[in-house]
Amino acid sequence: MESRELICIGCPMGCMMTVTLEDGRVTAVSGNTCKRGDVYARKEVTNPTRIVTSSVRVDGGELPVVSVKTREDIPKGKISEVMEALKAVCVQAPVQIGDVVLADVAGTGVDMVATKNVRAAAAR
Amino acid sequence: MRQYDIVIIGGGPAGLAAALEAKKSGGQRILILERDRELGGILNQCIHNGFGLHTFKEELTGPEYAARFIEQVEKEQIEYLLNTMVLDISPEKVVTAMNREEGLFEIQAGAVILAMGCRERSRGALNIPGYRPAGVFSAGTAQRLVNMEGFLPGREVVILGSGDIGLIMARRMTLEGAKVKVVAELLPYSGGLKRNIVQCLDDYGIPLKLSHTVVDIQGKERVTGVTLAKVDENRRPITGTEEFYSCDTLLLSCGLIPENELSREMGVVMNPVTSGPVVNESLETSIPGVFACGNVLHVHDLVDFVSQEAASAGRHAAAYVAAEKSGEAAASSITVKPQGGVRYTVPSILRPQRMEEEQILRFRVGDVYKNHYVSMYLNGERLAHRKRPVMAPGEMEELKLKREQLLGCPAGSELIVTIEEA
Repeated sequence: MESRELICIGCPMGCMMTVTLEDGRVTAVSGNTCKRGDVYARKEVTNPTRIVTSSVRVDGGELPVVSVKTREDIPKGKISEVMEALKAVCVQAPVQIGDVVLADVAGTGVDMVATKNVRAAAAR
Repeated sequence: MRQYDIVIIGGGPAGLAAALEAKKSGGQRILILERDRELGGILNQCIHNGFGLHTFKEELTGPEYAARFIEQVEKEQIEYLLNTMVLDISPEKVVTAMNREEGLFEIQAGAVILAMGCRERSRGALNIPGYRPAGVFSAGTAQRLVNMEGFLPGREVVILGSGDIGLIMARRMTLEGAKVKVVAELLPYSGGLKRNIVQCLDDYGIPLKLSHTVVDIQGKERVTGVTLAKVDENRRPITGTEEFYSCDTLLLSCGLIPENELSREMGVVMNPVTSGPVVNESLETSIPGVFACGNVLHVHDLVDFVSQEAASAGRHAAAYVAAEKSGEAAASSITVKPQGGVRYTVPSILRPQRMEEEQILRFRVGDVYKNHYVSMYLNGERLAHRKRPVMAPGEMEELKLKREQLLGCPAGSELIVTIEEA
């Protein structure tokens, strides 16, 4: 039997919760005030995921970088691999919101997409 | 002189939402003045997600949230000028502005909407002793450098202040390869959202030291380190608790201040608690036809509420322009008084005849309250008594009022908003 301490992120209450696990399965959640805490705790200890946002280089754009995100949430443990994969990425302007800048980032099956429109720089 | 019915100062989230709603409410000849090179304001550098849950029922990043509004502004063909700085607004609503194409010019506005946003509290305002080396940034400056200009401003970082921007930057700098050593917070609690404490600090093992502050900054050319110390209940550093952290960068995330130079210059009555204008139910300042919304009025936590508030200002500005033409008379007013832990309310003046069916009263509390009630009293009679499991200074609260609750109450009435124990 294993137990983990968590702070709920559902609201400003920030309940201190204890999750009890047996063979990787959640057997009990305590300390939460509402259902949201229970749902969050179960997900967080068995399959924690995050949306990763960052920026990548743009070539020939009005801005030197464009902001990007994983289209969906990815396993929390994959965050540093995703960041590593983004280092080498450089996209050509113009960039539109939703453009895929890196498909299947770090083998997550999730695409990295642009979150900002960057126009091509005016010719000088 | 050029003439516009409604001139909006600032093209950030507040200005954009105000312009759209003014247009939707029948407003004509609307102009947005923006000093940056693009619309969207601070959202452009807030590349993290979590925006728009209330407005769009999905989690967007800042630039995506801004783009939704910018697209509508373009579609509605609302005019805007970029790279344009407003220098002055006269009480007669003559706006003086300048840009590179047109030089200095004046615009006569029928109504003005103030939507200039806010600025970060600077090192000077915090009175941190020590040298003045390079490497001390406000968290927002670092955010712009990293997210929009492609620079990493430092490698070893200490952050003072646990507001949301500081927390977001702790994660952002870490992801970009910097080492964030510690976040120090003067108060015994963080001003940031719980979600950000967990996902920006705990996820990356960054310690948060509550009741701590920076007492010295070392380094002559560049920051070489900072000294933290624990503070007592009066927020004074305790001798003997000093701890040195070597670092090349100090980020400051110590609060936001509404940017009201223009409002003050034009003679708008200010609220010393919010550092924003005093407004009535229409979000109209002490100068008729001059409205305020968003962070210039009071600092918000969520952009969704900025958009909501700004839409209301836009609606009222359009109504003002229409009513001025028909010469509608002024109405009697109720004063809203914050008490017992409620620091302020926006609005703070209510004219029932001018209220919409449902009025939102936004406020902040001065301390953390668990299982307390928010109550409203109109001339001593209780109008509302709502239980809140938790209220904290970092989270804006709201109450809804119905116009019919206030109609017919005598001139000079008082509405008290207060916190009561269970």
